Amino acid sequence: MLNASLNELSAALAQKKISSAELTQLFLDRTSRLNGALNAFITVDAEKSLAQALAADERIAKGDAKPLTGIPVAHKDIFVTKGWRTTCGSKMLSNFVSPYDAHVIERFNAAGAVILGKTNMDEFAMGSSSETSFYGPVKNPWGPAYVPGGSSGGSTAAIAARMAPAATGTDTGGSIRQPAALSGVSGLKPTYGLVSRYGMIAFASSLDQGGPIAKSAEDLALLLNVMAGFDERDSTSVERAAEDYRRELDRPLAGLRVGVPKEHFGGGLAAEVGKAIEAALAQLEKLGAKRVPVNLPSSGLSVPAYYVIAPAEASSNLSRFDGVRYGHRAKEYRDLADMYFRTRAEGFGAEVRRRILIGTYVLSHGYYDAYYLKAQKIRRLIADDFVAAFKQCDLIVGPTAPTVAFKIGAKAADPVQMYLNDIYTIPANLAGLPAMSIPCGFGKDDLPVGLHIVGNYFSEARMLNLAHQYQKATDWHQREPGGIRP
Amino acid sequence: MPLSLDEVRRIAQLARIGVSDAEARTVLVQLNDIFELIGRMQKVDTEGVEPMSHGQDLKLRLRDDAVTERDQREGFQSLAPQVEQGLYLVPKVIE
Repeated sequence: MLNASLNELSAALAQKKISSAELTQLFLDRTSRLNGALNAFITVDAEKSLAQALAADERIAKGDAKPLTGIPVAHKDIFVTKGWRTTCGSKMLSNFVSPYDAHVIERFNAAGAVILGKTNMDEFAMGSSSETSFYGPVKNPWGPAYVPGGSSGGSTAAIAARMAPAATGTDTGGSIRQPAALSGVSGLKPTYGLVSRYGMIAFASSLDQGGPIAKSAEDLALLLNVMAGFDERDSTSVERAAEDYRRELDRPLAGLRVGVPKEHFGGGLAAEVGKAIEAALAQLEKLGAKRVPVNLPSSGLSVPAYYVIAPAEASSNLSRFDGVRYGHRAKEYRDLADMYFRTRAEGFGAEVRRRILIGTYVLSHGYYDAYYLKAQKIRRLIADDFVAAFKQCDLIVGPTAPTVAFKIGAKAADPVQMYLNDIYTIPANLAGLPAMSIPCGFGKDDLPVGLHIVGNYFSEARMLNLAHQYQKATDWHQREPGGIRP
Repeated sequence: MPLSLDEVRRIAQLARIGVSDAEARTVLVQLNDIFELIGRMQKVDTEGVEPMSHGQDLKLRLRDDAVTERDQREGFQSLAPQVEQGLYLVPKVIE
């Protein structure tokens, strides 16, 4: 059951081979056994999960089940969840029990899925290693000395360690895809606007996008069917007819034009990662895809532009944390201003404070044109690169991250080195394009490598098609970390 | 152009984040590293490029001017550090 696909779990539930309560208990037991070592979950509440599982069992008995009814799903602790503590990995929200559900949570509840718990993450999703959490770093199931990537590292570690069959994440600059790559699981960031941001605690609103994390592309398609959809409470939610993201899974890849950007195979790429990606490209060619060289000449500027735009938006979004309406408030203060200063100094960790300071600076009087406006122009150049590339190819494929997982603490003191982890993932966020990562091999110390797939706007079904066909021909996505077997 | 310690203090003031002198010195070094990275943008000619503020060309939606939220004041205020008679309390601002 721990290795079963979502379809298999759904069938087992429908055939009464297992109840949702039993299935939920199975994953809760595994979580309580492994979480001490991996720290993938911030909050687990067995009583709440089992109550939902019993309700799902009733629904199944009544013949009212949908594909995800009774299946436990772990949610990144950035999605506010009614009655559950929702911390966003921060001390600032350590006492925040949400009075309402995020749209994504509503969707999973309506589908009859069970909330398995809230997963650990970089504080306010700011990080690429899941080390900046107030609740301690997440450990990579493939090697506890290594980071799982971030910011959705709790969700990807939970999937890798088989503590959950499915999970949610969010991706502002790579926060679903980079940890999926480093943890050896599959993760998808949809086209901007496809999944509602309502109740998803805001980091950089023009970039933030929620998406699914699972063991396979087939599972991702099923999860995206539940997560995607118009929501009038998100002003940038896209109004589109509902799609079945599974519809192209079985299409042959013959004739598919796979674009390979030479800029993503340059100096910073570890040789072992490049080797695994080359092997994956050869496999795709064997499946009938046609390899097309493409150029993304401005993609090298994505990290600099991102570190203006994302902190600028964050400095505005995070101004709401002032110790007045919710969250942490400093115990002692002289006056109102002092209360703000102390509350925010105490409630935010070092990386969050640093990004707020960057954002405040680039938006301040006299610097706006030199930084913010300039970054917005670079953003246009990066988006235009993709417009040109997608005239020559259907999907773009390359490495998700330049290296395999690094050691916990290795980059914590050097923000610039940490930021460069997202060099291949950030361009899709800036352009608003869908992108995903799937396992495609191993590098040094048997650590996983991720294959990055970028599609044109709303081409999720085609991306999942490529990923599924690749996963039918290979078994990288079925490998599980050896050290954590029960 | 590197930032100065005074600028770090001024930014922190604008952001309403308290920083000690020792922290300001650490942050100064890190911010200067980050702005060196960001500075790579300046080498690119972007004359005439239309700034892009968003990944999608969306129009803002309009809706009927109707009440869509229900009253949840009690639930929301139960999360606040300090409330009294339905009001959020902050330290005295006017003498």
